[in-house]
Amino acid sequence: MPLLLKKIAIIARFTLLEALRTRLPWIALTMAGILFVASLFVQHIAIAETTRMQSGFLAASLRLLTVFVLSLHVAASMVREFNDKGVELLLALDLPRAGYYLGRFAGFAAIAGALALLAGAVMLIVIQSSAVAWWTISLALELLLVAALALFCVITFVQIMPAISFVLAFYLLARAISAVRLLSQSPLLSPSEWSTRAIAWLVDALAWLLPDLSRFTLTTWLVDDTPGLRTLAFLAMQSLLYSALLVCAGLYDLYRKSL
Amino acid sequence: MSLAPQRPVSAVPRLVRVLVFVLLASQVALTALQPRPRARAEELSAPPPLPVLRCLSGGDAVPLAQAMTLYLQAFDNQPGISIPFAQLDYGTVTAWLKRILDLDPRTQYPLLMASQLYAQVPDEAKQRQMLAFVYDQFLVDPDRRWQWLAHAAILAKHRLHDLPLALEYANALAQKANGPGVPHWVQQMHIFLHEDLGEYQTARELLGGLLSSDVVKDPHEIRLLIERLEHLKDAENSSSTSGN
Repeated sequence: MPLLLKKIAIIARFTLLEALRTRLPWIALTMAGILFVASLFVQHIAIAETTRMQSGFLAASLRLLTVFVLSLHVAASMVREFNDKGVELLLALDLPRAGYYLGRFAGFAAIAGALALLAGAVMLIVIQSSAVAWWTISLALELLLVAALALFCVITFVQIMPAISFVLAFYLLARAISAVRLLSQSPLLSPSEWSTRAIAWLVDALAWLLPDLSRFTLTTWLVDDTPGLRTLAFLAMQSLLYSALLVCAGLYDLYRKSL
Repeated sequence: MSLAPQRPVSAVPRLVRVLVFVLLASQVALTALQPRPRARAEELSAPPPLPVLRCLSGGDAVPLAQAMTLYLQAFDNQPGISIPFAQLDYGTVTAWLKRILDLDPRTQYPLLMASQLYAQVPDEAKQRQMLAFVYDQFLVDPDRRWQWLAHAAILAKHRLHDLPLALEYANALAQKANGPGVPHWVQQMHIFLHEDLGEYQTARELLGGLLSSDVVKDPHEIRLLIERLEHLKDAENSSSTSGN
């Protein structure tokens, strides 16, 4: 293994070790357990389609939980390292900034995978079907993108509050952008008006810059139809492309930082 | 946020700078190559129950009602479908509209959608369903929702050619919508519908009662109604003459 790759692997390993020592697995496990109990309650109060109701609630809430936990963990971990001057210490060694950044990203990506596996395991308790595998893969791809986004934000903003606010706003907008596009082009809105056209154009431009997260990790895959390979291939391409873009944007920012 | 001075752009490796632009262009290309999102009529599912919506709203129901309105509206917006409203399940649409009104009783938007959009489809059963919805909701708050039932009465008369239905709505308007903001013509609608039905005597009695009630104060309006009363008397006389 080339020396740089070895250094990246070491940083990734320490990122994972940090997650273990900050009790991330226990936090995630506890919250997943609470959501599972809540899903049992939903199943109990539903008068029809009880399993469908339970799995729908559990899938949607696990998705949000993992996104929330991962983005908070990434932000908290990086801010702690900035505050402890750990970044300066590491970069004072024979390690390029890209090596440090990629190592951290690799570690967070592994945590994203582990969180997706945990969510998939909890889902398996409710639904014993191959659809859970597709759902888990999609969640892992979504979390990979969220990890890259959170890392980029914390490198740019350095503080938790603005970084997390940006991550959540970005995530919500990326999930809603398809619906927003539909709303912006309603024929009821008088298409001849310049303001209607300008807003539709602006929303289109925004949609081109954002990943369409409304196509990721759908509950309908679990309760209705399993997605095809083509769907997953698109999701993989979108996730990898956007994560790479965010990593490069984060690297750009890190290289410009005067530490 | 960091206010520390930044290093020059030249500090960033050329590969990173190139990759940022290449990947950004790839992202734009990937999204632009995807088909535009398109709503389909069959995708509109029943709205969640009211207690669930109240729970989701976190105590602030108006923004949720507004979001639901816009969501429902997105299903009307279906490029490539010539008559989108007609393809919707009107039972579901009515449930959505009712839920929105339950969350935000002061909004007029769902009633506008019901009477001006969904009631325009070339399907009589669906038109009647929407008019019935407007009527039911008018009864909940007549002084604030009278204009939608007035529109429904006009639709019933001119579009459905159902004068008894129009008269039922106009009677409800005359009896229930009596608030200070309701114009007088709303209370007069049923009189002219009686006239259209050939019930001249009823129309004359109602108009006479309206004039003597001192509700109408504008001299121009009073003169117009007196002329109308005379016209009704003539029509009643000529109809009784032709009857003989």
